[in-house]
Amino acid sequence: MQDDARPKLIGSRVQRLEDPRLLTGAGGFVDDIQLAHTLHVALVRSDHAHARILTIDVSAVEALPGVLGVYTADDFSAKPLHATSRMKGYQSTGITALADGKVRYVGEAIAAVVAESRYIAEDAASLITVDYAPLPDLVDPRIAAASNVLLHEHHDSNILVSRKFARGDVAEAFANASVRVKDSFRFHRKTPLAIENRSYLADFNKGKQALTLYSSTQVPGVIRDALAEILAMPGHSVRVVAPDVGGGFGGKASLYPEEILVSLLSRRLGQPVKWTSDRLEDLLTTSQAFDETIDAELAVDKDGRLLGLKAEILGDVGAYSIYPWTAALEPMQVAGFLPGPYQLANYQAEVVAVATNKTPAGPYRGVGRPAAAFVLERLIDMAAKRLDLDPVEMRRRNLVQPHQFPYRTGSGIVWDQSGFTECLELACKGVDYPAFQAERNTARQAGRWFGVGVASYAELTGIGSRMSAAPGMPINTGTETATVEIDASGAVRATFGVASHGQGLETTLAQIVADELGVPVDGVQVIHGDSAAVTHSTGTYASRSAVLAGGAAHLSGQAVRAKVLEAAAFMLEADADDLDIEDGIISERGTNKTLSLAEVGRAVYSEMGRFPLDMRAELDLRATKFYDPEFGTTTSATHIAAVEIDPETFIVTVKRFLVAEDCGRLINPMIVDGQVHGGIVQGIGAALFEEVVHDQNGQALSASLVDYVAPSAAEVPKLEVLHLDTAARGTLGGYRGMGEGGTIGAPAAIANAITDALSHLNINISQLPATPERIYRLVTQAIEGDT
Amino acid sequence: MIRKRPITLTVNGSTYARDIEPRRLLTDFLREDLGLTGTHVGCEHGVCGACTVLLDGNSARACLCLAVQADGRDVTTVEGMGEIGALSLLQEKFRKHHALQCGFCTPGMLATAHEILNDAAPLTDAEIREALSGNLCRCTGYEHIVRAVSEALSERLGGAATGSAPNAG
Ligand code: FES
Ligand code: FES
Repeated sequence: MQDDARPKLIGSRVQRLEDPRLLTGAGGFVDDIQLAHTLHVALVRSDHAHARILTIDVSAVEALPGVLGVYTADDFSAKPLHATSRMKGYQSTGITALADGKVRYVGEAIAAVVAESRYIAEDAASLITVDYAPLPDLVDPRIAAASNVLLHEHHDSNILVSRKFARGDVAEAFANASVRVKDSFRFHRKTPLAIENRSYLADFNKGKQALTLYSSTQVPGVIRDALAEILAMPGHSVRVVAPDVGGGFGGKASLYPEEILVSLLSRRLGQPVKWTSDRLEDLLTTSQAFDETIDAELAVDKDGRLLGLKAEILGDVGAYSIYPWTAALEPMQVAGFLPGPYQLANYQAEVVAVATNKTPAGPYRGVGRPAAAFVLERLIDMAAKRLDLDPVEMRRRNLVQPHQFPYRTGSGIVWDQSGFTECLELACKGVDYPAFQAERNTARQAGRWFGVGVASYAELTGIGSRMSAAPGMPINTGTETATVEIDASGAVRATFGVASHGQGLETTLAQIVADELGVPVDGVQVIHGDSAAVTHSTGTYASRSAVLAGGAAHLSGQAVRAKVLEAAAFMLEADADDLDIEDGIISERGTNKTLSLAEVGRAVYSEMGRFPLDMRAELDLRATKFYDPEFGTTTSATHIAAVEIDPETFIVTVKRFLVAEDCGRLINPMIVDGQVHGGIVQGIGAALFEEVVHDQNGQALSASLVDYVAPSAAEVPKLEVLHLDTAARGTLGGYRGMGEGGTIGAPAAIANAITDALSHLNINISQLPATPERIYRLVTQAIEGDT
Repeated sequence: MIRKRPITLTVNGSTYARDIEPRRLLTDFLREDLGLTGTHVGCEHGVCGACTVLLDGNSARACLCLAVQADGRDVTTVEGMGEIGALSLLQEKFRKHHALQCGFCTPGMLATAHEILNDAAPLTDAEIREALSGNLCRCTGYEHIVRAVSEALSERLGGAATGSAPNAG
């Protein structure tokens, strides 16, 4: 930014531009869109986890008034789309609109009824009967891994991918260790649970032979490219629009069968076709998270220094590999991030991702890192206890120190630079750690089950082109584009390939553009979530949007500013270097000559004769720039929690929660805080309540919001967030991505706090969520073991 | 074909007379028949609270209510609470405190919060959390929602102390 005296929008608590419409019910979510002659889809879904489909009897339905048709896999010839991987031995699975001959999880769609209304479609769907020949339900990944029964017949086994890696001398590290701690950790399955269910509306235009899909997706660009391939249509004839989207958290970051289905149906029927998930369908079919067993062991010297780490990670990835991220995503990221923000040179890990008869697993806020942080932070606390060392002191001794950056971790990930130790100290200061411990001790003496827990973590965000957002994924997502343009009225539009679904990108990106151009923030219209608005896009995931789109916004904003000043300089007969832009008014320093952006816009587009011919070739007020941070940047934080357990109900209450984090320069502190708060509460949910439960036949037992418990306001404490607010070195604007972090640290901090609260019983929390039932069992075992 | 029944009801101050199937949910009636898509549907089984509206001034789950049950009654949806450029007190506070992110839970939150303000009793933050506990939000972590409701409530009560803690984070 040229003018440093000007008040900056970047860094201030600008009120969000998207709020007025969302607060008045004037937002536009997919299910709000009502196109004339829309047809509605209801799906017949499998109630078997693993079965061959023998017959589908639709005879009761065909004559029903209002039903336009019933479709099964036989009605479509589109080839399955495979998420491929560069990983050796990776076994891919295909994604199709409807199950073809076989079902692999409860809830998989088998037949689609198309009707004039959703009521009629559901009536009809309930009359369709499916005959199955059951196959063995492979629900336990250990059994599935060894089974001769294959989910996908073309595979060699149900192991979709396995990997081993090692760095340093792990054997020697363990041989030299004073203390070794190990456990078998289990982070159970959860679901992202956006409050808006998935919803898709396809609108095929016969005249143009073009398809528009309105989709509650985080990744309109990815979906566009996939649909173009599946439908065998040119990209310019497929448009995917993500309008207002009601939260994603990773659950809307992959291609879904229903997106393919409504698109195929709309093309076939020549009418708009809509499907909106209900909550049962969401809990059965939206991609799920975690579900790993991690056997890990940590070696530590007598001073508490980490010497080596070994881990075996068994991931239950469900029935299909998600598109485009592949089934390697979650378990491989666990292995990648397990060494954490610590000096830990010797590391070995083995990862096995197994297909089972469950809902496909996919990206979820934090991807792999919540499980990795849970395991390592527990091990560190276990070792600290053995050494009689304070958990904070243990971390202080092991965190990568400021002078050690860039630091290559035991898994090969490079932390460029981040405030690891600074966050730890800030968090301790924030809670007044000695007083905090004293409070815990007083509560303990009074017989209360009260504990405190600390967790530190780091994550890569804003990943550029040198890395893959998902391990082994062949598509690269390392650049982002922005087009900034000023029209003849002087109005500013900024167009991006990202897709906001609650992050407030319409505001934060407008702040950047407005600062660059010198216009009011509400004068910048941000376009996002529309594949047709940009040549190429993917979307919003992996904490990339502020870094990548923010960087592109700076570059294109600067380029347009230069064009404005060039035109204005000519009009004012001034030197461009002497011009400022403030509030949309261009003025020459030291004179009273001014011009408005509207005057420049009008001159450029409607009075171009005012400019010499040789200027006109380049004389539009528009620029498109790409930004590639190459490596990305490191975001880090320390979370501190205090919990109390009711010794009668075994319910855990989070009494206090504080985060100190380094997410670089803050574009809008209010929005950053909101992101952190939301992440923490999803982390609290993951730590205490949220669990997708399957029985031994693969039936989902958590199929309503009564059984799948998400935290409400009453289960959540006041949340405290502190920021380092120092610019990241490696990214334009100094931003780091921060949309996921809250969910990474909170489960680990809470697991440590619960373990602390139960220390009188010598209980280790090695499974999450720590539901009252699990704690009851642990306590009972501990007491019985004593007697 | 299911026989339709005539109903007459008031929504946001306007009276509507329609013939509808008895099984039609109030959510579908509001969203599809009246085009009032501000009322959202998150679960259709009465847990998430996204569909909360005011029925004769009291909060109610529109997804658990048949449209015929609203016959003769007075419904207020988010569209009736304020408009762009003329936000209600609560809407202003939600904006000021960033109490919404994706905005999907927001209409239901506002309806419940309206009831809290109408009850006009001073509440601590813990009591506000309890009062909001029937509305799920996955984005905000509730922190900013509690601040917004707390501030709106204390203004409604004429600046009386509500036990709201100072801002942190
Ligand atoms: S939609 Fe009515 S409570 Fe969830
Ligand atoms: S703001 Fe997204 S669910 Fe509440």
